[in-house]
Amino acid sequence: MYIYIEITYLIATILFIVGIKKLNKTSEARQGNILSAVAMLLAVLATLVESQLLTPVETFSCILVGGAIGLVWARRVEMTQMPEMVAIFNGFGGAASLFVAFSDYWTRAVEQPDLPTDLITIISILLSVLIGAVTFTGSLTAYGKLSGKVSGNAIVFKGQHLLNLVLLLVAVACGVLVAISTGSVTAMIVMGVISLVLGILVVIPIGGADMPVVISLLNSYSGMAACTTGFVLNNSVLIVTGALVGASGIILTQIMCKAMNRSLVSVLLGGFGATSGGGAAGAGNASDMVIKEVGVEEAAMIFDSASSVIVVPGYGMAVAQAQHVVREMMDLLEKKGINVRFAIHPVAGRMPGHMNVLLAESNVPYDKLIEMEEINDDFGNTDVVLVVGANDVVNPAARTNPASPIYGMPILNADKARTVIVSKRSMGVGYAGIENELFGYPNCLMLFGDAKSTLTKMVGELKEM
Amino acid sequence: MSIENFIFLLYILVLASYCGFELIAKVPPTLHTPLMSGSNAISGITIVGAILCVREGEVSKYLGMAALVLATINVVGGYAVTDRMLQMFKKKKS
Repeated sequence: MYIYIEITYLIATILFIVGIKKLNKTSEARQGNILSAVAMLLAVLATLVESQLLTPVETFSCILVGGAIGLVWARRVEMTQMPEMVAIFNGFGGAASLFVAFSDYWTRAVEQPDLPTDLITIISILLSVLIGAVTFTGSLTAYGKLSGKVSGNAIVFKGQHLLNLVLLLVAVACGVLVAISTGSVTAMIVMGVISLVLGILVVIPIGGADMPVVISLLNSYSGMAACTTGFVLNNSVLIVTGALVGASGIILTQIMCKAMNRSLVSVLLGGFGATSGGGAAGAGNASDMVIKEVGVEEAAMIFDSASSVIVVPGYGMAVAQAQHVVREMMDLLEKKGINVRFAIHPVAGRMPGHMNVLLAESNVPYDKLIEMEEINDDFGNTDVVLVVGANDVVNPAARTNPASPIYGMPILNADKARTVIVSKRSMGVGYAGIENELFGYPNCLMLFGDAKSTLTKMVGELKEM
Repeated sequence: MSIENFIFLLYILVLASYCGFELIAKVPPTLHTPLMSGSNAISGITIVGAILCVREGEVSKYLGMAALVLATINVVGGYAVTDRMLQMFKKKKS
């Protein structure tokens, strides 16, 4: 029996790898996802057989309940809420690893103390509890920040790093105690609780603009948690898949950091929003800025006489549900022979590649979506750039103002175009909390109002032209 | 766990991590969000561990059941939402 289970795990592993490989291509990605789901199903079935289902009722009811919740949730979630959902699911994955490791520990420490427990197993359990707990509460905190339940600003206080260090040391000390004597349940619980607190403390100082990095990092952690659980249970399929996820999270984290020209360490130490919030000088500049407003009719005329247009979409567009109007506008302009493209900044949206999903939802063909490196030199030859709900990714301060917190971050060169029209609700600052000097540029026109209603009016105007 | 067994599992870890880096470095930015939610679903593989825990004693059994519910939400929800996203990418061709 045992050999069949191992072979099933092997097949599942192969399917997982092929499934991820297929995610390289848009045309095969869906198939890849299904393969990976089949792999998961195989692994689960094999495990059900292996466990010989001493408690089938409990097991199946848990799977049914969890499955139903997951399915309903996945169906209902808005695409703009994707990051929140990924964050909270990550948290569940982390919590599951935490519980599994703790459950295994409890068996060894209390229920069957005569079970042989060696050092490697106990260290794996400790790591699994630590990583699982940090992933759990860290993800919940990220969820809170993304959904606005917790302030999106960086929360920093004096001695924060010192406190984290002390807590970590206490946790390690407890871990050593547990490793020496498996029966030290109190030490184990203290370590678990400290790990939970650490998860919160590690994420609260990270500002909203850095959330894409945090989400991909937590994703990586949830993989590592599964991986260490694999060491606890001596189970190779957990180790392989955990490692795959861990690696994917780390790569995406790297990509995000590069896109913002920030090091991982500076993100983790936090304070992005805090430094910019304190940037009173930036607010001072705002009052000096001369802003030119434009009305819907005038804006429509500018678009009508253009021959090339680049749209810079931001999260604000998606929140206003303006992406469908933007697409309608694109169709109209293209009918008039105007070349329309979308410039996608790597951190547009709230997680890596989020903007692509939001535009795909409104049926914008993905060959219209151009990555930053490829489109940046074209802005100089473009008649009109329409910025919808994006802010920080077009802020020239990143190039020109060394005092700015986003200095050095690669941006879309929207300011180089002949005319820039910014659709924005008010002069409020963006997600990073920084004033945008682009709005004061001579070639920049502000189109105030809710993106959806102003653009709808503009589409109406364009139709009549 | 014997030390030989541990070393063997470490081999698996190293190779799988390398494999992961190679596979994922090639994914285009357009698919990064589906990749993330997909790999998130995969991290729910802890479901396997959770099933193994449900058979044991009282406290550890309830912990296992909690883990099983959470991991299943992660797995099912993760795959379902990834499929929903990828469906949108496919539609464009027509």
